[in-house]
Amino acid sequence: MNGKETARYGLLIALAFIFSYLESVVMVPVPVPGIKLGLANLVVLAALYRMGNGPAALVSVVRVVLAGLTFQNTMMMLYSLAGCTLSLLVMVLLKRTGRFGMAGISVAGGVMHNLGQLLVAAAVLETSALLYYFPALLVSGCVSGIAIGVAGAEVVKRLPRT
Amino acid sequence: MKKRLDIWLIAGVLAAAFGVWMFLWLTREEGAFVVVEIDGTETARYSLGESLKEEVISPWGKNLLVIENGTAKVTEADCPDRLCVNQKAIRYQGESIICLPHKVVVHIEGGEEGGVDAVAQSCGFSGLCFVLENGGGDCYGCQADFGL
Repeated sequence: MNGKETARYGLLIALAFIFSYLESVVMVPVPVPGIKLGLANLVVLAALYRMGNGPAALVSVVRVVLAGLTFQNTMMMLYSLAGCTLSLLVMVLLKRTGRFGMAGISVAGGVMHNLGQLLVAAAVLETSALLYYFPALLVSGCVSGIAIGVAGAEVVKRLPRT
Repeated sequence: MKKRLDIWLIAGVLAAAFGVWMFLWLTREEGAFVVVEIDGTETARYSLGESLKEEVISPWGKNLLVIENGTAKVTEADCPDRLCVNQKAIRYQGESIICLPHKVVVHIEGGEEGGVDAVAQSCGFSGLCFVLENGGGDCYGCQADFGL
């Protein structure tokens, strides 16, 4: 990894980290937990398209760990790690098929992030009560996924070729 | 059209959401008890009929549980995200308020969940419950009869 790459990773991770922080401060006023725009996914999406699978995974995981160590607690970090792993896995697989646009991939990523968190939380808390949040999380994952996907496509178009 | 699958993916997700929501809505029933769980272990159980304010203390932090007018909600919490406070009040079986950072789950149960022992514990009179409710073990009968 040369100096330029290191700087690029640093920039992306910092950006994703700031987006997560913003989202933890500015709450979406809905009575369902865990609903957010997923701005950090914009950075991961851009990294996925312009740098590849490995860099996207790196940015995503480092972002989650940083957020977990600073303004979240360790349990939240665990849920997020499960979410971001599942999300990334599905996004990479869907991208590989070549039949989805960024909006579709972003929606899948958002929904899978929620699903991963929910599954781990259900296992940790030993409750199926979380099923009640699932419909709301699916719908919000769709809406925010489309928004992030559309924004992501614009960002990737405008980023300078490296 | 390279992107046509996007629409199907989104439609599929929305259909799944609607399906799960319909299922939950159709199968919902009025609850009878508010059950507090910390890290998967039941620590308290209250009747939905009572009015109370109770501090739920977990090793990770505190949440204030309020039960009134047949609904339960969390009104205060010292967790970082305070999502539990923003959740709507709950009253139907299976509904829950969850504070992930504190590993606290508050959920609503009917009388019959957990079988004979759970009913016996919550009603204090299991034999009559079963007679009253034709073996279903539902607790409403007991509540009415014994003021529980």
